[in-house]
Amino acid sequence: MESLISELMVRPAIESLKKWAKQLRVDVLMMLNKAKSGHTGGSLSAADIVTALYFYKMRHDPKNPKWEDRDRFILSKGHAAPIQYAALARCRYFSPRELLTLRRLGSILQGHPDMKCTPGIEVCTGSLGQGLSMANGMALALRLDRRSSRVYALLGDGEVEEGQVWEAAMSAAHYKLDNLCAIVDFNGFQIDGAVTDVMNIEPLSEKWKAFGWHVLMIDGHDMEQIMKALDDAENIKGRPTMIIARTVKGKGVSIFEGKYQYHGIPPSDEELKKSLEELGVSADGWPERVAL
Amino acid sequence: MTKPIATRDVYGETLAALGESNKDIVVLDADLSGSTKTSVFAKKFPERFFNMGVSEADMMGTAAGLATGGKIPFASTFAIFASGRAWEQVRQSIAYPKLNVKIVATHGGITVGEDGASHQAVEDIALMRVIPNMTVIVPCDGVETKSVIYEIVKYHGPVYVRVARGKFPVILPEDYKFTIGKGVVVRDGKDAAIIANGLMVSHALEAAAMLEKEGLDIRIINMSTIKPIDRNLIVKAAQETGVIIIAEEHSIIGGLGEAVAGVVAEEFPVPVKRVGIQDRFGQSGLAEELLVHYGLMPKDIAEAVRKAIKKK
Repeated sequence: MESLISELMVRPAIESLKKWAKQLRVDVLMMLNKAKSGHTGGSLSAADIVTALYFYKMRHDPKNPKWEDRDRFILSKGHAAPIQYAALARCRYFSPRELLTLRRLGSILQGHPDMKCTPGIEVCTGSLGQGLSMANGMALALRLDRRSSRVYALLGDGEVEEGQVWEAAMSAAHYKLDNLCAIVDFNGFQIDGAVTDVMNIEPLSEKWKAFGWHVLMIDGHDMEQIMKALDDAENIKGRPTMIIARTVKGKGVSIFEGKYQYHGIPPSDEELKKSLEELGVSADGWPERVAL
Repeated sequence: MTKPIATRDVYGETLAALGESNKDIVVLDADLSGSTKTSVFAKKFPERFFNMGVSEADMMGTAAGLATGGKIPFASTFAIFASGRAWEQVRQSIAYPKLNVKIVATHGGITVGEDGASHQAVEDIALMRVIPNMTVIVPCDGVETKSVIYEIVKYHGPVYVRVARGKFPVILPEDYKFTIGKGVVVRDGKDAAIIANGLMVSHALEAAAMLEKEGLDIRIINMSTIKPIDRNLIVKAAQETGVIIIAEEHSIIGGLGEAVAGVVAEEFPVPVKRVGIQDRFGQSGLAEELLVHYGLMPKDIAEAVRKAIKKK
């Protein structure tokens, strides 16, 4: 009975989240096509995780981006900025019309996240490997101030090849940062090819466990699993949590799925047309919300 | 003249004193707190001190994160690791977003001594000065160091301060007050101007005393802020003395010498001579021996002044 009630309560939320994830994917494709540059694969693989954070888990107020009691999100894999910009625009941190300016001179939407330009962006990322250290610093500051806010950091799988990630992994465990939850978008590809070919990072789960983290393994496209992992992480005390999310690079559009060649390539007009057909949406009226 | 004192000792004591009145100050170190003297703060305020272990890159990133939470982080390690090992973290995580992180690096220059080239930063000022948004300071003695630490807390933004391992003579009066971006004339003169910072200010004073016996009247400017540089004071010195000598315990490439030479060349060209480390690495030895070996003694500065004046 109890499970049925929770099922009835959670279902609509999941359906709504799936729609948001689709909207964000459309936004990514549209803005990258307009910008004629940017990172398609890693933005799409992170779409469901970013959706769950902004539309389900995080305590935040788009009208007051600097609210002291907000949860913080750091996109350490900064090249996936379009997916975060899409989420921020749909949450109304700024007008979705800004999505048309991505990567243009003077835009509030820089090629990689910039806290000085964009409401809702917490730090400057883009140079891989640095986000987790900054997340640690934020978590320490929140703990000093006795605030209950949580810090979320999303890392790429190729990114964990950076040595600084492991320095930060040690620090987070040493300082018992249980207000920190990191997620690896494990899509298996980096710019030069398969992660296993370029620089093998496995066994990834064992590595994080050995560094003193609580580790959860999930399907990073299963909304229910993402939500549950984010909830579970909140209850882990005395150590940070790492969610290793198995994902598909380019997820949602078959022409991009599992193809490292689209790591840093935007959809062409033809590819965009095919993508929207596959998603079953018309982009008429975009950047306003598309009918899903 | 009072007893020589190590600027790193003054840093440690000042930081601990400031921690009392300013609860936003947090301190990070990379396993060198005993040497950088952040250990004094650590003992007093253990909850606001974070030893990051031997991981300078992570330390700089963590400091950036703390700054976004409204803290005033002081991050300390040896100058070569702060500026070299963690350069890109300082650039990307701290300077680019203009975060309020104070990097106070100890063991600058060759006066580190016995540890040798691996631990002697002769490039740190160049590395930090080239980063946009960064303020770069080298105090000349204990009195100035204390004032610098107080002043950089009042300023919001990233700052790099280089202090030293060795004991420096105290040359400034007890009531001296440092201002970011302002040089100070510590000895007036009309025949030439020596612009120096760090230990080289006291060496320049000794050089001026030697030259006085030869009938030369030398102005000495303590240029503790390398960036933003005090353009007006440099131009005035060029106009009034007609020749500029720069002395620094740093490579002649990218440091105070080039900063001053750039201003002189643009604003009021006069002969310039740079005294510093001539594009070389340091090596092991006693600090005093190394200063002689690398030509950073008062007699070397005096010789540079004589040569430069001939070009007037």
